Amino acid sequence: MSGPGPFQDKPSLRVESLTLARGERTLLRDFGFAAGPGGFVEIRGGNGAGKTTLLRAIAGFLKPRAGAIAFEGVEEPSLALHYVGHLNGLKGGASVLAHLRYWAGLFGAAPREEEALTRLGLRAQAELPARVLSQGQARRLALARLVAAPRPVWLLDEPAAGLDAQGRGVLSALIEAHRAEGGVVVAAVHEALGPAPSQTLTVGA
Amino acid sequence: MSAFAATFRRDAALMWAGGGALAPVGYFLGATMLVPLAMGPERALLEAAGPPLVWIAAGLAVLATLERVFQADLEDGSLDQMLLSPAPLELLVLAKGLAMWCVVGLPIALAGAPAAIALQAPVSLVPAIVLSLALGMAAFIGVGLAGAAVTAGVKRGGVLIALIVLPFFAPPIIFGSAVAAGDQVAAALSILAGCALGAAALGPIAAAAALRLQAE
Repeated sequence: MSGPGPFQDKPSLRVESLTLARGERTLLRDFGFAAGPGGFVEIRGGNGAGKTTLLRAIAGFLKPRAGAIAFEGVEEPSLALHYVGHLNGLKGGASVLAHLRYWAGLFGAAPREEEALTRLGLRAQAELPARVLSQGQARRLALARLVAAPRPVWLLDEPAAGLDAQGRGVLSALIEAHRAEGGVVVAAVHEALGPAPSQTLTVGA
Repeated sequence: MSAFAATFRRDAALMWAGGGALAPVGYFLGATMLVPLAMGPERALLEAAGPPLVWIAAGLAVLATLERVFQADLEDGSLDQMLLSPAPLELLVLAKGLAMWCVVGLPIALAGAPAAIALQAPVSLVPAIVLSLALGMAAFIGVGLAGAAVTAGVKRGGVLIALIVLPFFAPPIIFGSAVAAGDQVAAALSILAGCALGAAALGPIAAAAALRLQAE
């Protein structure tokens, strides 16, 4: 699929000779990869191998001991990425719609609640507080951030956790659509997500 | 809607829905109203003890609500999302503080009116006391944000936050008590306004720095 997507600057992510540690333990040493526009990088590895640490380092939450992480083709570094981690980032007292409105403001995006509700299949739950959502529905709402504010690079940490078959289908469609628009997806997974990855990396081997 | 407005709206709505000022105001009024019962209605005694007691009760009431401000955000992953906002974290923290001041601080300041009257303060002084409490709450919350950020990762950090924050509560308590005692009211109010502005400016910066470390 060609044609100008929203990410016309051809975003890419380059990780060079990265060394990451948690406390005293070195998890990754001299780790590197590059992902171009439309790239889908699958990160595999056992529990505690450092998948989450790697994603959090790319997101800028923790400083690497050594190495560099560079985003290219993004106009504004603060608008480069989305991170969907283990924690959904939801408030029990706020409704699904309130979350989407909040994120649009927080991420400086034009409101597109309707689109997010439709694509994630949360229309029926729009007015419900996040507290009463099932685990899978809460995960869908966390993934709705990806739609609520467009970002070229997506960092997903086990995005399918808690999703049913239909939810996994929705996630696959999101990833495919993002890649078609020229976006980059980096996902830590235990089981393959729907779309075929452009490369698979193993950490902690 | 800007990130500041979105954060303010969300936090104010969540705080309001979560009982808002009910518990802190109840605590404040309960503590101050018990004083005349415990000390007896003797006017001279209450006039002397009242102003400091109002301020101590106000400080402790707001302290109890500060504990969870950032702890919840850290535990549910909201902090990660705040860090990814194009808006600086300092600004988002300021929005949270402002929301807290509106939902918790102002009601406590207003509850200062009945508390002051119960403690035999002259009625002519009540508006100045309410104003001083509103300023003092801003100072408490500004300092408290920094303390709450430092202790966000600590389980049951309530005691720790009190140890960190209470020394910084001293200036507003000193000058606030002066207002409540009718002692150089205008001067004490200006100093309180200075405390409030200083804490509102520096508190979010310190809190944001501490939160960035917590996110690791």
